[in-house]
Amino acid sequence: MSRIVSITLQNNDDARPIIEAIEKDNPDATVNLYPAMVKIDCDGRLIVKQETVEGLLGREWDVQELHLSIVSIAGNVDEEDDYFELSWNI
Amino acid sequence: MSLEIKTNVIQPRRHTYSHIAKRLGADKPATRYQEGTWDLQPTVNFHYRPTWKPDQELYDKSLTSIQMEDWYTFNDPRQMYYGTYTMARHKMMEAEESHFKFIDKSNMIGLMDADWQQKIKTFLLPLRHFEWGANMNNCDCSDKAYGTAISQVALFAAMDRLGMAQIISRVGLLLDDNTGKSLDQAKVDWLESDLWQGVRKMVEDSFVLDDWFELLVAQNLCMDGVVFPLFYHYFEDAGIRQGGTAMSMLNEFMQDWGKDEKRWLDQLLKVTAAESAENAALLSKWAATWTERAVTAFTPIAKHVLGDEAADVMSSIRAEITKRAKKSGIEI
Amino acid sequence: MAEKRKKKLGIKQRYSMLTRGLGWDTTYQPMDKVFPYDNYEGIIIHDWEGWEDPFRLTMDAYWKFQSEKEKKLYAVIDSFAQNNGHLGITDARYVNAIKLFLTGVSPLEYQAARGFTHVGRQFRGVGPRVACQMQAIDELRHVQTQIHSMSHYNKFFDGLHSAPHMHDRVWYLSVPKSFFDDARTAGPFEFLTSISFAFEYVLTNLLFVPFMSGAAFNGDMATVTFGFSAQSDEARHMTLGLEVIKFMLEQDERNIPIVQRWMDKWFWRGTRMLTLVGMMMDYMLPKRVMSWREAWDIYFTEAGGALFADLARYGIKPPKYADIATKEAEHISHQAWNIFYNYTHAAAFHTWIPEKEELDWLSEKYPDTFDKYYRPRLEYLDKEEKAGRRFYNDILPMLCQVCQIPMGFTDMDDPTTISFHSSEYQGNKYHTCSHGCKDIFDYEPEKYVQAWLPVHQIYQGNCGGAEVPDVLKWYNFNLGADNMEYQGSPDQKLWDEWQAHRKKA
Repeated sequence: MSRIVSITLQNNDDARPIIEAIEKDNPDATVNLYPAMVKIDCDGRLIVKQETVEGLLGREWDVQELHLSIVSIAGNVDEEDDYFELSWNI
Repeated sequence: MSLEIKTNVIQPRRHTYSHIAKRLGADKPATRYQEGTWDLQPTVNFHYRPTWKPDQELYDKSLTSIQMEDWYTFNDPRQMYYGTYTMARHKMMEAEESHFKFIDKSNMIGLMDADWQQKIKTFLLPLRHFEWGANMNNCDCSDKAYGTAISQVALFAAMDRLGMAQIISRVGLLLDDNTGKSLDQAKVDWLESDLWQGVRKMVEDSFVLDDWFELLVAQNLCMDGVVFPLFYHYFEDAGIRQGGTAMSMLNEFMQDWGKDEKRWLDQLLKVTAAESAENAALLSKWAATWTERAVTAFTPIAKHVLGDEAADVMSSIRAEITKRAKKSGIEI
Repeated sequence: MAEKRKKKLGIKQRYSMLTRGLGWDTTYQPMDKVFPYDNYEGIIIHDWEGWEDPFRLTMDAYWKFQSEKEKKLYAVIDSFAQNNGHLGITDARYVNAIKLFLTGVSPLEYQAARGFTHVGRQFRGVGPRVACQMQAIDELRHVQTQIHSMSHYNKFFDGLHSAPHMHDRVWYLSVPKSFFDDARTAGPFEFLTSISFAFEYVLTNLLFVPFMSGAAFNGDMATVTFGFSAQSDEARHMTLGLEVIKFMLEQDERNIPIVQRWMDKWFWRGTRMLTLVGMMMDYMLPKRVMSWREAWDIYFTEAGGALFADLARYGIKPPKYADIATKEAEHISHQAWNIFYNYTHAAAFHTWIPEKEELDWLSEKYPDTFDKYYRPRLEYLDKEEKAGRRFYNDILPMLCQVCQIPMGFTDMDDPTTISFHSSEYQGNKYHTCSHGCKDIFDYEPEKYVQAWLPVHQIYQGNCGGAEVPDVLKWYNFNLGADNMEYQGSPDQKLWDEWQAHRKKA
């Protein structure tokens, strides 16, 4: 049974550190490139960590800034001060 | 890519959409407000009746007794569509945010007289529920209004009211050091305190009004016509005498918003009253009824804050609403 | 003055205080009178506080992020217009996808804005109400940014000048219009199931993601920008869709069969409407990103599979006829293009026979069906056209009573036989195109008999006159410009002229 959660982001300068952070924090993730966007799939769970993004950006980063770059998601959302997580309960 | 092509080869074939050109009277460039507003709402050939109210169409002129030959006679003088709306509000909010930051950093709340801090909790914080009611009412007007021009100003106003309810709530969190206790108490006051029951009854009665235009008048002309000067002018003045400068800063968003509301609302009332004597008579009746109710409902709170001055203040507020209405062709 | 230690508020707690705490139970007026519409559908809610807010945006953050998005978007729109960005697209045929979008999809964004405003007032829970209101204003954003982005195309191409007028009248636009009218005239919970869940969560990726990626591939930067900018709101909307489903299912087990029936209905209605998108992707993009079939596999089979596996714990099954829809993904775009090729004299966009490389691409993407059923037809029509006999069908088609698409789809196991179904209701016979549409009709015939079916209306004389040209004038078509074959159209001539000048330079 498929348990793939997924996040699609615009492929631009704002999103690049987020994409990089996701790759760092989710070693099992698969990154698919499409024209102008990037779809990242992961089995069961995928996390975006504020700390990692901030490390890459060199500035404070509000998790809700994700809203500026997001294109689509699949999975249940858990949004907190310091992370954004997608998961399936199966 | 296009630079190689001479500009005379790429002349536009038309300047705007045809329904816009029709309203402009000629095919000429139109504003973003016009293209993003005029005739957006479907008008004919609806497929099904609402199962929630089978006696009406999805968009139905008969949901108010106000009649307009053309529901796009009104145009928002601020020319607000979504983009200009969010940019304008963000600008106001940025200023408000810097006030919050400054007050928090300099502990200006602590400079207020303790009595006045206590008083703010009893008059300002319960008002967040009034703002929430105003959100519901504007949402209802936006839902039932005919035509995009009016529906969208009401939707913007609805979101604004949620925003202001949240600003007031943040004042509470400043006063109670983020415990939320002041907000809990404010809700108890809203539900139980005698000071507030007239207001709450008025708001709840407005929730069940049938005619959306009456609701728009009741909320935005009459109730707001009392609340904005009373809370953000007269109460603020009373506060300054008790070290309440911080509140003058935090009231800025609401003061600016109140001015902004008048700009579209007065224009809407003006074109609606000018359309026909019947419209003007309806508006006058509604304005008179709800101004009376609003003044009466808020009088106990005015007394609570202003004491003996309250009667004079309320009568000058009433006079101001009457004067504004008259300018729009409405006799109260 | 000593600094006081303040409690730091987490995002959830802060949001709850600033939003959920605002509501109260009315006592001067009964709650059922203040919120009259949220309990007639049979959905049982024991505790509105059980609602989990999908996202926690307070208005300050909303204004901040949204204004930033708008600033970026309008900068692109301005520069697109100033630099004549329309000259940078791959081919003028591409603009026909934009025409279908502006007349078929953008008006739905407006309908969504009004629909979410309605439920944003009508739910008695504060959480869902705020989420719906935010979506309402987002949807207003979408329709306005689309109109503003496409305003430039309207200045140079046909078929874009009268979207609202056409949406209310034109035969194929009654497909998307009736879809939304259906959702909006349903109760608030069904509305959210239809739009937020079935459409936004399950199907919207099929509309926006490949289409916007396609726009990028075809040099249409204005559409890419509004598309992606709109999608950034969509993530919030999708989450609302999933939340409302979980909320209903968790509140009472008697809600389960109601929710399942709605899912079945709206999945089917949604896939029918998306036929138009499949056709755009396979036929209208000069440079193609992925086929409709591939998009279906990624966004329905894979993403939908995980979703329905997740919902299985509530006793929810994948939508009825999902298997048929998956089979249809092999056929539907070809059959739809064929319908529009037949009737392009009555459409506000052009059709054409794909070029050889494009046919080869379709053969490659649809190895089991395209060469067997569809390529020979297209090649035959191409020959006819080249011989000066471009085929137009002058007989008005019968429409499905539910989805309102002409009855041109076939049985999926027998792709040369048209699929016909019918039902009797109060002495009249009603026709449907599929088991899915027939089920929908049979459950609520009193609703679907009301449908404003364009062909019936034309025959009843309600659409400007008895002859096709009268009807087209009533549609506000510029005859010979908005409609007919692409080859020889004013759009094509102008495009070729621009290209010739470019070569000279």
